[in-house]
Amino acid sequence: MQRKHRLITAALAVSGLMVGCATGPSSADLDQQAMAMIKAGFREQGIAKTDRLTQDLGQAACSGPNPPPEAVAEKIQAEALASVKWPEGGQYIGDWREGEKLAQNGRGMTWTDSSAAPGANGAQCYNCHEIDRKEISYGNIGPSLWNYGKNRGVKDVTDPHSAPIIQYTWTKLWNSKTYAACSNMPRFGHAKLLNEKQLSDVMALILDPRSPVNQ
Amino acid sequence: MKFLMSVAAALALTATASTFAQKSAADGIAEYRKMLEDGNPAELFEAKGEDLWKTARGPRKVTLQQCNLGLGPGVVKGAWVQLPRWFADTGRVQDLESRLLTCMETLQGFNAAEIANTGFDKGEQATLAALSAWISAESKGLQMALPQGHADERRYYELGKRAFFFRGGPMDFSCASCHGEEGKRIRLQDLPNLTKNPGNGIGFAAWPAYRVSSGEMWSLQRRLNDCYRQQRFPYPGYASDVTVALGVYMGVNAKGAESIAPALKR
Repeated sequence: MQRKHRLITAALAVSGLMVGCATGPSSADLDQQAMAMIKAGFREQGIAKTDRLTQDLGQAACSGPNPPPEAVAEKIQAEALASVKWPEGGQYIGDWREGEKLAQNGRGMTWTDSSAAPGANGAQCYNCHEIDRKEISYGNIGPSLWNYGKNRGVKDVTDPHSAPIIQYTWTKLWNSKTYAACSNMPRFGHAKLLNEKQLSDVMALILDPRSPVNQ
Repeated sequence: MKFLMSVAAALALTATASTFAQKSAADGIAEYRKMLEDGNPAELFEAKGEDLWKTARGPRKVTLQQCNLGLGPGVVKGAWVQLPRWFADTGRVQDLESRLLTCMETLQGFNAAEIANTGFDKGEQATLAALSAWISAESKGLQMALPQGHADERRYYELGKRAFFFRGGPMDFSCASCHGEEGKRIRLQDLPNLTKNPGNGIGFAAWPAYRVSSGEMWSLQRRLNDCYRQQRFPYPGYASDVTVALGVYMGVNAKGAESIAPALKR
């Protein structure tokens, strides 16, 4: 009896050990460890301060291989929509020539840049989008924007029929997470990457019927 | 001189190719790499690295020939394709550069923290770049085979995976923003999908590398450092645990990929 009891105890101990080996730290433990590792792993340099590692709801929820639950995605999108600021005096459409310069410019916000002011930043559009077909060096993380306005029937930016697509596009540029919680696109207005004037110039590049993009 | 002429010719060839068809840009780059195969300037760094390994240096004036890179003291061949890995003496998972810092401190008497805080290419950081070039070259043609036998190696894979998907900064970028899907590009630069094995000599299996555009030898740590710069993150500590964990994640994903390091990059 005594011996049998001891055997069972030993067997239980061994199986307990094996379970311990097989499972290791829980997923929640690992999340916590990873967060601590990330916080400890970076230091500030120039304009790149360590508060850049403090995640908001959307950044945290979109930090895995799988998208967040639908309810969370909806909350992110609602908050994003609420963050959108419409342009002063309804100036949605600026100068497409300036917009093209901004679209070409991929600079800004790194620790080697001296200023974090929007005026110092490019809009980086060609990094991820085809825009004017004349520029063959474009990325493909985002969709093609060639003929963006033309394909959406924008013939006159002052026509009230153009208002919905103009406001949609402004919203997308101001806070891309309004329409897709985990969009890869930066939140150019919300994150103060571009100012209203710069945004209106980028708007003109893809919406103005006179822009080469809409020919 | 011959090297410079080849570069000029190859760049012209790349430009012409991309004018005609964008898809051939990668082909053009591959072609110019081929042309430079006999003259990758990384070889100069390899020679320097081998010399530094065998030279008595540091406050204690000893060589690195007793340094254990994971396969036993002094074994260099094959070590690169099994790093990062767990080391019993430090009780830590270390990548090549973290391990070299340990050896330079324990064997040669250097101050590892001081070297880690030195800018790239300056002082002993230049030593680390050269050592990385030589040590990785000693594994050229071998397949990535990072060990996952130790619990901490598996834990670091999981932590590296979380770091890879961690979104932050003013542009909401993570490593996965650019390296989480097939067939993506920034401008004309192809972006390997690092969540799986991207193929022989691609991604993790191509670094360290000599960069033609800047004329610099880049170690893996330097590659990761510039990724984070472009991700608009704060500055990652040299050989910090988070960078080592990322190495484990990408290296384990690349299992079986043939290493071409030190490669030649644009």
